[in-house]
Amino acid sequence: MTYSRDEFLITTIARLLETPDVRHVAVGAASPIPGAAALLARKVNGGTPRVSLIHGKATNPFCDGGREIFDAAGQGRIDVFFLGGVQIDGQANLNLVGTGEYPTVDKRFSGSFGSAFMYFTVPKVILFRPEHSRRVFVPKVDFISAPGVSDPDVYRPGGPKYLVTELCMMSFNRDVGRFKLESVTPGRTVEEVLDNTGFEIDVPDHVPETPAPEEERLALLRSSVGVEVADTYPAFAKDVLGVDVAA
Amino acid sequence: MTNYLNDVEELASHVPDGALLALPPEYSFVPMALVRAIIRRGVKGLHILTVPINGLAADMLIGAGCVKTVECAAVSLGEAGPAPRFGAAVESGSIKIIDSTCPAIHTGLQATEKGVPFMPLAGIIGSDLLKYRDDWKVVDDPMGQGNGRIVLIPAINPDVAIIHSPLADRDGNVWIGRRRELATIAHAAKTLLVTVEKIQDESLLASEATAAATLPGFYVTALAQAEMGAKPLGLVEHYAADTDEIATYAREARTEEGFNAYMQRNVFGAQEAAE
Repeated sequence: MTYSRDEFLITTIARLLETPDVRHVAVGAASPIPGAAALLARKVNGGTPRVSLIHGKATNPFCDGGREIFDAAGQGRIDVFFLGGVQIDGQANLNLVGTGEYPTVDKRFSGSFGSAFMYFTVPKVILFRPEHSRRVFVPKVDFISAPGVSDPDVYRPGGPKYLVTELCMMSFNRDVGRFKLESVTPGRTVEEVLDNTGFEIDVPDHVPETPAPEEERLALLRSSVGVEVADTYPAFAKDVLGVDVAA
Repeated sequence: MTNYLNDVEELASHVPDGALLALPPEYSFVPMALVRAIIRRGVKGLHILTVPINGLAADMLIGAGCVKTVECAAVSLGEAGPAPRFGAAVESGSIKIIDSTCPAIHTGLQATEKGVPFMPLAGIIGSDLLKYRDDWKVVDDPMGQGNGRIVLIPAINPDVAIIHSPLADRDGNVWIGRRRELATIAHAAKTLLVTVEKIQDESLLASEATAAATLPGFYVTALAQAEMGAKPLGLVEHYAADTDEIATYAREARTEEGFNAYMQRNVFGAQEAAE
């Protein structure tokens, strides 16, 4: 079965959500690919994990205002969250503010959102950045919105675990503060990953291919899971998954 | 007692130059008609606080020259892309930027709700946000619980907060549904200005179902009816966001000339005056 880049990324992320430590996945605003991955993982695993999409309707459980997701994370009630970055460096520092010298940066982006808190409190943060280039993966970020690692005297139950891009999947070792290449997208190469990464990473002797989307999962994505995705992301469900709830 | 005013122009007269003005997030009942009235009034030197993020309202106020300082966790037009006047103003240094993070803004408002001068918040240490926040203090956990250092966020006490709502009654009570951040904003602000789609005779406190989703009138300084008052943003279960209109703004506001033309047409022009 043929599949799109976005469907591949959805199934890749979904596999990271299917371990017993993942009871509750929260997804921030405007994140259709992580949102679809969480809903797919829930469908495949019979209702686990719990999935909370903060701008959804029925999929949004939060009833106590904007602070509730952060309060829940601070208590350890959220196991997985997704973050990205304008720039990400080899210590998994994230920059969501802008490039160039702060504060009158060369190019200003939206801002740090909740990253400076969620990165500390959610045990399994998955970094998701489809564009894999030296523009994004830089030796050192220009501004640290949220640091990848912390000193031992800082309370930090959370942090980065994985990085998913269009080229590869990496894990992050918090003890040494380094990324390790885990698998490469079918049709892409380790060399291509290294050429497009501006920092050093650990590369094992043998790097497997990231599995292609399973047919059964693609079928779910394009039917019942797609309908759930459409509740929050109707345009994405229609354009990417071919599920048009308005029709 | 809540002061019932005739329209958004009267409400806008309660926003003084230089005020610390709190704005709700994009998905949560933004009073766009009131924002346009504030711009028409030519308010200057505002310190905008986004709770914790905002988009169209902040971008228009910045582009119109009403703003001196922006304190935010993010300013973005969401799926319509970057907030163009915000970006240009930060890059040129024409406004002061105070970068924050979502829970820090909630925490600062919660401190004011409780009447305490500050509240602690986990995380943040090691972020460059701290370098530029002289008002945030890092202390050793004073309770000795072994959690190490912790950040203290000072209470945030907005001079004015503005919100929109589908419904109010005659006693100043305002329905906010599960948009509980609006309650936090209201509790923390010195002055709260509210626009509503509709005013009903029956008290919102008469039934437990509506009372549980109501902001009581004693927080509400002044209120006016403004039908379609959140447009072009949406109001849940009332009207959807006008995504074409927001995309038009995002495109035209990329240049100062384009922004001025858009505002002339949509804020200062005949179209708005006829509303």
